[in-house]
Amino acid sequence: MPDKKQDLIDQTLQDLNNDGVDRRGFLKCMAWAGTGLIWTLSGGIPVSRAFAKKYDKDGSKGGDFSFVQISDSHIGFNKPANPDVTATLQTAINKINGMPHKPDFIIHTGDLSQLSKPSEFDTLDQALKAASAKQIYFVPGEHDMLTDNGAQYLQRYGKGTKGTGWYSFDHKGVHFIGLVNVANLKAGGMGSLGHEQLEWLEGDLKGRSASTPIVLFAHIPLWTVYPDWGWGTDDSEQALSYVKGFGSVTVLNGHIHQIMQKIEGKVSFHTAMSTAFPQPAPGTAPSAGPMKVPADQLQKVLGITDVNYVVSGRSLAIVNSALGDGDSSK
Amino acid sequence: MTGKNVWVVSFAATVIIAIVLLLAGTPSITANDQSPAAKAEVKIDNFSFGPQTVTVSVGATVTWINRDDIPHTVVSTDGVFNSKVKDTDEKFSYTFAKAGTYLYYCSVHPKMTGKVVVQ
Repeated sequence: MPDKKQDLIDQTLQDLNNDGVDRRGFLKCMAWAGTGLIWTLSGGIPVSRAFAKKYDKDGSKGGDFSFVQISDSHIGFNKPANPDVTATLQTAINKINGMPHKPDFIIHTGDLSQLSKPSEFDTLDQALKAASAKQIYFVPGEHDMLTDNGAQYLQRYGKGTKGTGWYSFDHKGVHFIGLVNVANLKAGGMGSLGHEQLEWLEGDLKGRSASTPIVLFAHIPLWTVYPDWGWGTDDSEQALSYVKGFGSVTVLNGHIHQIMQKIEGKVSFHTAMSTAFPQPAPGTAPSAGPMKVPADQLQKVLGITDVNYVVSGRSLAIVNSALGDGDSSK
Repeated sequence: MTGKNVWVVSFAATVIIAIVLLLAGTPSITANDQSPAAKAEVKIDNFSFGPQTVTVSVGATVTWINRDDIPHTVVSTDGVFNSKVKDTDEKFSYTFAKAGTYLYYCSVHPKMTGKVVVQ
């Protein structure tokens, strides 16, 4: 392979054999220049890259495919952290449409809206219509279930799904599972999947070949990023126990409006940027509320990430980085 | 006002404050100070309820006001009250007719918890 993948691996995981991910190398290639994240699955190994990065034309050949993850559009939000979240979502869609390498579909990992208002969902739908990728998969964020326990969300985005909106599908040999961890939250707790969904998940994975690449996606991180801010899912361990036997598992989340990554055994965890506003790195602010940055910096912190990660039995790696640390030049 | 008068006034004020402080230390005054309020306000700020615990009298009304840029809810863990979603600067009030301890949380951000004690 002429190697778009290897290129990124070299950049970011150059010190992998010694002590895990090379932090400096990793940070160096994190770029915040647009909004969204593109994933390429090559031989079951997901690799993500910045929209801004030029695709190697040869690299797009073969059985590989790509998809885009966007997250946390918060349509309806109009506070100083970003008075025009529709515009930044449109920027994200323009970037997707401008990619030489067409993604097969888009995954939106929740918080489509700010207040679950019909008008907000309408605006989102209108904006997404402009996307060249017509297939869009959703999972709800807590902001999408504010008024009616998610009835409206289900009606609009969750047709044919189970329970509060979970489902799975296959695409070119990869098994995708969308989970809901924002419903029926308990006082004092974090995100929650619940017994019924966990049971379904176990059944959904049962009997699948261990070589099937698995992509799990949900709004709140399925690993504990920062419990003080509720950035985790109380029963995620149970869910992850069902994917233990699989050779390649990728977990994609949103909610925290910044990139974080962890590799644990065969499981790679990744959180995406928001298309609306940034949030502070864990513990760096009194709360997880929207972070105000100078207007000319906003695009950078909503920016995409040039993270790539490889599923393999590597040492655990978590990268906490303030968004402004990214190299915005490409 | 002359400088001397100012001194007298401030001295008098100091004495009064000292007396008040002394009285505050006595049991009878303390009991009065702690008598539950007839109303209370709880600010929602930085993803927390402040004060986290309020003590009010039976029949008192507690008002919550959301000062965050993010919507929150005020939901009793026992289903006694439910504010529905409150966006920035929106308020929710509930009048407590019965004595008891009422635990509540934000159903959107369940790490946010609070308590109303009605006496």
